[in-house]
Amino acid sequence: MRGVLAFFGQRLLRALIALWLVSTVVFVVMRLSGDPVPLLLPPDAPRSEIFRVRAELGLDRPLPVQYATFLGNIARGDFGRSIHFREPAFRVVRGYLPATLELGLTAFALAVLVAVPVGVFSAVRRNSLLDHGAMGVALVGQSAPTFFIGILLILLISLKAGLLPTYGRGDWRHLVLPALTLGIFAMASIARLTRSAVLEVLRADYVRTARAKGLSERLVVAKHTLKNAALPIVTITGLQFGTLLGGAVVTETVFSWPGMGRLAIHSIYNRDYPVVQCAVFLSAVMFIVINFAIDLLYGFLDPRARPR
Amino acid sequence: MASSIPAPALADAAAAPATPAAGTVRRRTTRLALTGAAFVLFLGAVAAAAPWLAPHDPTRQSLRARLGAPTLEAADGRAHVLGTDHLGRDVLSRVIYGSRVSLVVGLAAVVVGGLVGASLGLLAGFRGGFADTVIMTVADAQLAFPFILLAIGIIAVLGPSFPTLIVVIGLSGWVSYARVLRSQVLVLRSREFVDAILALGGSAGRVILRHILPNVLSTLVVIATLELARAIVLEATLSFLGLGVQPPTPSWGGMVHEGREYLDTAWWISTFPGIVLMLTSIVVSRTGDWLRDLLDPTLRGE
Repeated sequence: MRGVLAFFGQRLLRALIALWLVSTVVFVVMRLSGDPVPLLLPPDAPRSEIFRVRAELGLDRPLPVQYATFLGNIARGDFGRSIHFREPAFRVVRGYLPATLELGLTAFALAVLVAVPVGVFSAVRRNSLLDHGAMGVALVGQSAPTFFIGILLILLISLKAGLLPTYGRGDWRHLVLPALTLGIFAMASIARLTRSAVLEVLRADYVRTARAKGLSERLVVAKHTLKNAALPIVTITGLQFGTLLGGAVVTETVFSWPGMGRLAIHSIYNRDYPVVQCAVFLSAVMFIVINFAIDLLYGFLDPRARPR
Repeated sequence: MASSIPAPALADAAAAPATPAAGTVRRRTTRLALTGAAFVLFLGAVAAAAPWLAPHDPTRQSLRARLGAPTLEAADGRAHVLGTDHLGRDVLSRVIYGSRVSLVVGLAAVVVGGLVGASLGLLAGFRGGFADTVIMTVADAQLAFPFILLAIGIIAVLGPSFPTLIVVIGLSGWVSYARVLRSQVLVLRSREFVDAILALGGSAGRVILRHILPNVLSTLVVIATLELARAIVLEATLSFLGLGVQPPTPSWGGMVHEGREYLDTAWWISTFPGIVLMLTSIVVSRTGDWLRDLLDPTLRGE
C-alpha cells in the first residue's frame, strides 16, 4: 500500500508541476506581448482613461503581485473577459467544449475499434501480407502531416466523390472525415504498439506451455495472450487520447469544426488573448488530467510501474 | 518501462525485429538508410539550387495566368507544369523554393533543440542532485502537455517570425537529447577511467569531448533525424494555421493553406506541396528508423 501511495504522490506532483509550468509560461508570454490596454480602448482615449483601466486590470502593481493574482485567478477559472465576445473568456471557451469532446471521443473510438483488432491480427499472422500491408499503412499514418490528410480526404471523398460534406458540424455525416483525420495518428500508433505488445506476450514461456499442452491456437491467443497484452495496450491507448485532444486544433481548423481549437485560432486573428489563453490552458489541463488518470490506473494494475 | 510517457523522438516502440537472416536484414536496412540519406541530400541540393531550378519567379503574380491547370504547353517555352495559384504564381517554382523554408527552419530547430537538450542533459548527468531534479522534472512536465498548443499560444502573442518559429520548434524537442545524454553520462560516470581522468586533473570538458560524445554520437544522429522530420511537419502545420512563415514567402504548409479555398476548382495548389511535404516527412522519419536499427538497436524501445 505504501508503494501505491508513493506512486500516487509522485504522479500527482508531476501533474501539478506541469500545470504550474503551463500557467507560468502563459503568464510570461502574456507579459511579453506588451500592454493590452490600447487594445481594449478606442484609439483616441484620454490618458486618464488609460491609467484608470490599467489600474483596474492591476497592471500598475509589481510583477510578483501580478503573478500571484494571475495564479489565483486561473485557479478560480477566471481568465479575464473576452475582448471579442464581451463576456468572461471561460464561459466563451466552455461553450465550444462540447463540439471538441464530440469530435475527440468519436475519433478515439474509431481509432481503438480499428487499431486493436488490426494490431492483434498483425501479431498473430506475423509477416503475412496483411501484416505488412497494415503496418505499412500505419507507418504512413504516423508520419504524414494531419492537416494534409484532412485536405486529401476533403478533396477525394467530399469534392470528387461527393460522398460526405466538406465542413461544419451537423449530423453524423459531418463527423466522419474530421474524426478519421483526427484519429489516424492514434490509430496508427495503437495498431503498431498493440502488435508489439501481443508479439511480446506470444514469446512468453507460459504461452509456450499453453501450446505445448495442446491448446488450440485460438484458445492460446484468446485466453492466454490477450489478457496479458491488455495492460500495455490500455496504457498506450489512454496516452493517445490526450495527444489526440491536443491535435484537435489542426483538424478543427481544416474542417471548420466549431470547437475549442478553431476558437483559439480565430481568437488569435482577433487578438482576443484572454480566450486564447483560456483555450490553451483548458486543453493542457484536460491532457494532464487524462495522463494522470492513466498513470494511476497503470500503477494500480501493474505493481512493477511503481517506484521502488 | 521506467516512465510511461516516452520522449517524442523515441515515442514508438517499433515492432519486434523480423528475424529471417540477420545479415540480409542488415544489408537491406543499410541500403534503405542510404536511400533515405540520399533523399535528404537531394532535397538539400534542390533547396540550394532553387534559383536555377525554378522555371519562374516564385512570388511573381500574373492576373492573366490565375488558377491555371497543370500543363506542358507554354507560349514562352516555360510551362506551368504544376499549374498556377490564385495569384497566377507558378506552383512548381513555389514548391521548389518552399523546400528552403522547410529545411532551414527544420535544421535550425534541430540545432537549437540539440544544443539546449545536450547541454541540459550533460549538466543533469554530471551535476546530479538539485540541477538534475529540476531539469528532469521540467522535461517530464513538458512531455505532460501537448506542445503544439503552447507553440500556438506563444507565436500568437510574439507574432510569427523566423527566429520565434525556430526557437519554439527547437525547444519542443530538447527532451529526447537531454534524456539520452544524461543516461549516458550516468553510465560513464561510474566507470573507473573517468575517475582516473578527473583525478589526474583532466577537466569535465575533456571527459565530455573525448569519451562521452563519441559514445553517443550515433544515438544523437538518430534522434536528430527523427527530430528533423518532426520539426518539418510542425513548421508546415504552423504555417498552415497561419502562424508560421508568412506570405508571400513560399512554404509548403502555407501553400496548402492558400489552396484550401480553391480545392474544388484548382486542386493542384494544395495537393502538390502537400504531397512533397508528406513524402519528405515519411522518408526522413523512416530514415531515422532505419538509422536507429542500423546504429543503435538498443533505442528500439522494449
